Amino acid sequence: MSPQSGSAWPLFEVFIRNKQGLDHKHVGSLHASDPAHAVTLARDVYTRRQEGVSIWVVPSNAITASDPDQKADNFDPMASKIYRHPTFYDIPEEIGHM
Amino acid sequence: MYTQALDVPDIAAQQAAPHAHGASPAEANFLARIARDEKIEPQDEMPEDYRKSLIRQISQHAHSEVVGMLPEGNWITRAPSLKRKEILLAKVQDEGGHGLYLYSAAETLGASRDDLVDALHSGKAKYSSIFNYPTDSWADIGTIGWLVDGAAIMNQVPLCRCSYGPYARAMIRVCKEESFHQRQGFDIVRALCEGTAAQKQMAQESVNRWWWPTLMMFGPHDSDSEHTGQASAWGIKRISNDDLRQRFVDVTVPQAAFLGLTLPDALLKWNADRGHYDFGPIDWNEFWRVVKGDGPCNAERLNDRVQAFDDGGWVREAAAAHADKRARRAVSAASVRIAA
Repeated sequence: MSPQSGSAWPLFEVFIRNKQGLDHKHVGSLHASDPAHAVTLARDVYTRRQEGVSIWVVPSNAITASDPDQKADNFDPMASKIYRHPTFYDIPEEIGHM
Repeated sequence: MYTQALDVPDIAAQQAAPHAHGASPAEANFLARIARDEKIEPQDEMPEDYRKSLIRQISQHAHSEVVGMLPEGNWITRAPSLKRKEILLAKVQDEGGHGLYLYSAAETLGASRDDLVDALHSGKAKYSSIFNYPTDSWADIGTIGWLVDGAAIMNQVPLCRCSYGPYARAMIRVCKEESFHQRQGFDIVRALCEGTAAQKQMAQESVNRWWWPTLMMFGPHDSDSEHTGQASAWGIKRISNDDLRQRFVDVTVPQAAFLGLTLPDALLKWNADRGHYDFGPIDWNEFWRVVKGDGPCNAERLNDRVQAFDDGGWVREAAAAHADKRARRAVSAASVRIAA
């Protein structure tokens, strides 16, 4: 391989589990020569201060995202569905927590 | 909605017990991790019985969510107002989502979705007995939310701390949504109790029908429950069936009193010595009859479920055909680019 910058390598998205029991969360991305390499690099870049106990990497081009222009169509209708939240319902004081 | 502590004695459980004592180093290591309250994740080593037991419990739980849509779906077209209809639709939609979270958690253990669904449709898999009772009146929709979902929450909150990571995380999402379910149910029952005498009567009759089946949801007594010992050693079950049932009775009695409803149990009475309500014996014959398939609606629920699956067949076929077409177009677009 010619000695050039890593940008010729494919891009990977990095997900870190902060603490045992929690979900992996997206933290960023990096270029690597293959998935195993991406895990090694992610370890070096994203867990230097013990931020994680587990790493997932996913090729960025394997991710399909929602269209930003569709944001309002996708998500605004939920704003009127306030009855999905428990606080929509009055629970008398005598009943306490429900 | 909810998993049932069915705890049906089976061979896997009976075989599992000896392992816990004469444990291999791998099993000893596993039990030590459980004792340290560590979460077990899909790629971790785990005893085969733990995996099987979880697949059974999580898939039964998923089936219960999915079948649980049927008794409530019965009232979507007949809800008494647009507001109640919207709320009920949102709730039933949540139950479908809960089924999905749970099937996905079961799939992390290597189970196949098709196998799980087949097991439900063939009648081999179990689901919560509570959904085999009919929803005869609108008040039943309130009672299901208030009592059935209330019992479900009691059972599910401890599962948020269970030892298997994907199950625990699914339960956290479920429990967040479940609070709305219970409160909307209480709100329905309360509206009826504050309404006409006939409406209040409807609420009372509904509670009379659902009270005992709800208490059965917690499963057999601890003394008759063979799975409980193994499930607590594995950190799957944190609180026993009887303790959960007692907690449920203790919080529900004052709620019924507030509504001016009675609970259909002549033996129900505060016991100052125990600091709990005493309650009458549960009809376990009825429980086992319903679990084993002979409840008021077992056949109807299963038929409806299979019918809904079959009716949705064309949607699955159309989606697959559409995906194929898009893939073919992407390939031919790529070859045009190469040719150019």
